Amino acid sequence: MRIAVVMKLVPDVVEELVLSEDGKRLERGDIALKANEFDEQALEQALLLKESSGAELTVIAAETGDVDEMLYTALAKGADRALKLVGDGLQDGIWNAQYAGILVDVIADVGADAVLTGVQANDDLDGQLATWLAAGLGWSFATVVSGVEAAGESLIAKKEFAGGLTANLRLPLPAVLGIQASPEPPRYAPISRVRQIMKTQSLEEREVTAPAGSITVLSLRPPEKTGGAEMIEGDVQAKAARIAEVLAQQGI
Amino acid sequence: MKKVLAFIDVVDGQPGEIGYELLDFARQAAPEAELVAVGAGPQAALEGLAGADRALWTVADGYRPDLVGEVLTAAIVAEQPDLVLVGSTAVGMDAGTYAAAKSGYASIAYVRSLEPLDGSLAAQSVILGGKMVARVAVPDRTVLQVLAGAGSAERGRVPGRPAQVGTLAEPAAKASFEGFGRPEAQDVDITRHDVLVSVGRGIGDASNIELAEELAEALGGVVSSSRPVVDAGWLPKARQVGKSGNKVKPKVYLALGISGAPEHLEGMRDAACIIAVNTDPAAPIFEVAHYGVVDDVLDFIPALTESLRVRQG
Amino acid sequence: MPTGTDLPVAQRAVFEGFQHSWLVPLFYVLATVALIIFFYGVYRRVGRYRAGKRATLVRGWPRRIARSLMEVLTSRRIGRRDRYTGVAHAFIFWAFGFLFLGTTTIFLDHDVLGLVAPSLEFWKGAFFLGFSVVMDVSAALFIIGLVMMAVRRAFFSTFRLSYRRVDGKQQDRSAYEREDWWFLGQLLLIGVTGLLLEAFRLIHDHPWFQGYSPVGLAVAKGFEALGMTAPSAGEAHFVTWWVHAFLALTFIAYIPYAKSVHMLASWANAAARDEKAAVVLPTQETGAQTIPLTPIAANLTWKQLLAVDACTKCGRCHEVCPARTSGAPLSPRDLVLDLREFLGGRRGTAAAAQGTLSAAATALRDDGSPLISADVLWSCTTCRACIEVCPVGIEHVPLIVGMRQTLVEEGEMDQNLAQALMNLGRKGNSFGQSERARAKWAEQAGVPIKDARTEHCEYLWFVGDFASYDPRAQRVSQSVARVLHHLGVDFGILFESERNAGNDARRIGEEGLFESLAEKNMKALSQASFDRIFTTDPHSYNTLKNEYPAYGLECEVLHYTQLLQRLAAEGKMQIVAPQDITVTYHDPCYLGRYNRVFDAPRELIRLTGATLLEMPRNREESFCCGAGGGRIFTGDSLYGEKPAESRIREAAGLHGIESFVVACPKDMAMYTDAAKTAGYEQQIAVEDVIFLIERALGIGAKTPEEVNA
Ligand SMILES: Cc1cc2nc3c(=O)[nH]c(=O)nc-3n(C[C@H](O)[C@H](O)[C@H](O)COP(=O)(O)OP(=O)(O)OC[C@H]3O[C@@H](n4cnc5c(N)ncnc54)[C@H](O)[C@@H]3O)c2cc1C
Ligand code: SF4
Ligand code: SF4
Repeated sequence: MRIAVVMKLVPDVVEELVLSEDGKRLERGDIALKANEFDEQALEQALLLKESSGAELTVIAAETGDVDEMLYTALAKGADRALKLVGDGLQDGIWNAQYAGILVDVIADVGADAVLTGVQANDDLDGQLATWLAAGLGWSFATVVSGVEAAGESLIAKKEFAGGLTANLRLPLPAVLGIQASPEPPRYAPISRVRQIMKTQSLEEREVTAPAGSITVLSLRPPEKTGGAEMIEGDVQAKAARIAEVLAQQGI
Repeated sequence: MKKVLAFIDVVDGQPGEIGYELLDFARQAAPEAELVAVGAGPQAALEGLAGADRALWTVADGYRPDLVGEVLTAAIVAEQPDLVLVGSTAVGMDAGTYAAAKSGYASIAYVRSLEPLDGSLAAQSVILGGKMVARVAVPDRTVLQVLAGAGSAERGRVPGRPAQVGTLAEPAAKASFEGFGRPEAQDVDITRHDVLVSVGRGIGDASNIELAEELAEALGGVVSSSRPVVDAGWLPKARQVGKSGNKVKPKVYLALGISGAPEHLEGMRDAACIIAVNTDPAAPIFEVAHYGVVDDVLDFIPALTESLRVRQG
Repeated sequence: MPTGTDLPVAQRAVFEGFQHSWLVPLFYVLATVALIIFFYGVYRRVGRYRAGKRATLVRGWPRRIARSLMEVLTSRRIGRRDRYTGVAHAFIFWAFGFLFLGTTTIFLDHDVLGLVAPSLEFWKGAFFLGFSVVMDVSAALFIIGLVMMAVRRAFFSTFRLSYRRVDGKQQDRSAYEREDWWFLGQLLLIGVTGLLLEAFRLIHDHPWFQGYSPVGLAVAKGFEALGMTAPSAGEAHFVTWWVHAFLALTFIAYIPYAKSVHMLASWANAAARDEKAAVVLPTQETGAQTIPLTPIAANLTWKQLLAVDACTKCGRCHEVCPARTSGAPLSPRDLVLDLREFLGGRRGTAAAAQGTLSAAATALRDDGSPLISADVLWSCTTCRACIEVCPVGIEHVPLIVGMRQTLVEEGEMDQNLAQALMNLGRKGNSFGQSERARAKWAEQAGVPIKDARTEHCEYLWFVGDFASYDPRAQRVSQSVARVLHHLGVDFGILFESERNAGNDARRIGEEGLFESLAEKNMKALSQASFDRIFTTDPHSYNTLKNEYPAYGLECEVLHYTQLLQRLAAEGKMQIVAPQDITVTYHDPCYLGRYNRVFDAPRELIRLTGATLLEMPRNREESFCCGAGGGRIFTGDSLYGEKPAESRIREAAGLHGIESFVVACPKDMAMYTDAAKTAGYEQQIAVEDVIFLIERALGIGAKTPEEVNA
């Protein structure tokens, strides 16, 4: 099996999110980017698959910021190849539809028969990458997956629903998986090993052109400030009733 | 706007609440449009969808991701709606973007509301971990993934079936279904639950944990706790939230009798909605909570459980 | 009785009463065999150490040897916490020494001088008389010491002498007990037979100088009272002589093979001991190593191989270890013994080091599990209590850290710990918070704080992670800022250019992360302009002061209590509101045991007018709060009881304690929590020494109650 893990950088929301002049996007030069945490889960799941069934593993990321460290870290964790997609306009960030458009060819060239990526990311405003890719490639797929095993020409995936219910799915290869959680938490790559890899291995690069994006953001702004907790007053019954209402509003 | 499709989640034969919410959401956003419910599942799941004008239904059992994706694609191709609504759920994530990509529709995710914009619509999407709200132009022919809670299931649920039910042939699916798995009671993984009823030392006694269990059951969530409760042996270690326990990010976190020590906050401050109940109005937990109640948990918990039961009928 | 002047020269024959002339050569043959066996054993031991890696010793051999001699001669390290054992050991040690020297003297006199220059023989006359007294008294003390040890072993159920493992592994260790008793028993027999010999000889000869052997004479009188006559004493003497000789020779022969090897190895180890063990961890250049969990000789340095031999199984480290005390699977003693047992076989040979043993013979243990388990290693708080108490100078912490490096390399760690390491790598702080938020606390300090990156300041304040990000410790930082401002100290901070100093990362075993943090900090420091550094955090203090010099840091590093103590000495601290409270003080491991800063915080406390009561475990013996060595990041599942709670109970046992005073930001977090969970929240306030000072100086008005609120 050849597995491709597709990763991307997302804004680090722990850091300050700086808006651009026009207020329609984040000022990419002024914000911190980090690997999408679900992509890290996907990578871990792929590493586990590699260990259990001897798959070959290629990690792919578009250079929408400094992806080198992310890719080297993946190599340090045990990926066989790391592929950096470079091209004009990537640095401003791309939507998932665009990313999927680029990836269809790349994945064919890599010869992957399974693509693992994070189930979602904090910036996928135009829908999730896994399903964009599945539709583009015409492969079988599943999202919200929390466990994958190789089974000959197919993968057995565990998909999660709300409340802990799961479905066991047999997906014939080739397949795309949106990973929610790996059975094991992402492993730690010691800094010395990452540094070592940086010295001894290099990233493969590939020139790509992104297709046009399909959505228009009119504005981006922080949500209205709630200003601390809204304190609920009244007697116990009244408070309970109000909280029950709040819970209903949350869709519970 | 003439026609809206609403995709109904069905898992294990059971329609999810989100379907009713979408019907309500659609009615609010486009009152005059024709509303078509789409889904795959047993016929029985159509019950309660009378709020839709029509339904397009595929009778199917089990669960296959590409099946739901293809059902929605087929419905879109057949109906050519202006707007398609799916839920931001495990099912909606399989169906929504996939069908958009297949049918050439636009896709917008994490939508919490719609507003008019020059004769058309704009969506408000919550992204970046809730730190930003994006206003996005909604072009004609768009699939929206709508967040839970954006519509009211109560209003959306109308007894009976839609007046007209059309059938969609079961499309070919590559995936095969091999059965559902149910979580074992013993190995609750609190990091994977949307609702956590979390208790702290304020719960007083091991015997009161039961109150929290009842509340969790009424909410479809599980009980978690601060460390002292685990140390006291009242709950297993796997239920601990915080620095030396689990980091959790549920939709709703109820902090009952928890003071909000930094080590505890470290594990839960990213929850989407935090509701704190504490007798001490100065407890630091109120600084991170969205809703606060100053009261005795031993009075409040049963009152809330009762209140929820009343709501659910 | 003959008088003074006309006495014959006091002297006696060596092989007295040997009727058969062939017996004398027989003795020499036996003695030679014993010595050959002895030297062969030593040779084998040395061979094992040589199979280890090279390790450079810090210079100063003469001083080291002198120090180890002093330590051994005075039994200082043994008696430090245990008078009884110290005294007993000193008796045995000194008496053994004299008796051994005595025997050697006779050997020299009789066998060397007697052959080459009989006129020079000195074992006679006044020397002989003095010699007799010393030997006689030594024999008595020797026996007393051994009996004291035996009584302790048999009747005081001293915890530290129990060989029960704490990690749940099943192991029959009765052989250890048998060995201990054998060791004691054989020595005792040698002592007793020696004394009997003397007594029998006195009965037989009754020389005029018999009074110079008071104990022997007393025993002799006893036997005579029981009816022993000169001829029967002669016979008994002959038999006893051979028994004594046999016991002594076998003892010598087996010294390098059993527990007694500590008689040799502990000297050597005490000499090789590194006073900065764990304080400065070795780097690649100075022999640092990633130690596998199942090491062979080639994975350890010769020093470490020597150290595991030197362990006397005394159990002191086992007794004080906070991990062991709290029910964790770690016992530093068992760690050392496991290594010793494992390396005692073929894995400890040169063949293993050269790789000529089969992989199966060197790699894993029979059941495939590693020798030292991950849980054992992650239990260590690196508190250094074990190193502090070990009488023979064994350095456990560098061994543990070396093995942790393997765990980090293999990614075998608690998820919370992995998260903390990732945070440290990405953000430079363990909290995973924004770098830019590092100095947020300063906004609420209420006094201006200089930016050391742009302005010169006398003191650069290296704030540290906890003091920057933890809400409770932030109040400590704010208070420090106000006090220093009040005292007119010129100080500044690095704001978001500061990173975690890396002390914990290094002790977790993530050496690469430590290096990267150190490099970043050094870069920031080199761009700032200052004369001296002080820190709030003892962990940062340790690494800045002791480990950063290797990265080029050249200035003085102080803990803030030391800085304040200096200001006090200069008379700058005007106490306007003396604090009339009773407090106790907890020595942080990294301030106290690691860096010997015991007095500065205490003097400051007294200066504020507070009454300081000491907890039973104080200063060098302070008990770790459980946070060190990265344990604050790991889940607490390995620990049954929390060390911090045990500590709070210790404080609560003192009469009338109102405040539990700390001088470490992590301690603020640990003890506020522990006071709460141990149920002393209402009774004892946990506060930093700076709060006392601020109140006493009349700048802050915080009372312990307010601090607690
Ligand atoms: C290194 C370290 C790691 C730690 N890790 C964790 C961790 O992972 N998770 C964790 O939770 N803690 C952790 N702690 C402990 C933490 O510091 C706090 O001690 C702990 O979170 C306090 O738990 P609590 O809020 O339940 O108890 P308290 O702080 O005692 O709070 C009880 C609260 O209940 C309120 N109350 C009392 N009675 C009632 C009532 N009848 N009705 C309503 N309210 C009531 C009180 O006003 C109070 O605010 C850690 C500490 C350290 C030092
Ligand atoms: S450093 Fe402390 S915790 Fe670690 S083994 Fe030694 S005594 Fe135990
Ligand atoms: S390591 Fe040192 S303190 Fe521990 S048992 Fe051995 S000799 Fe005693």
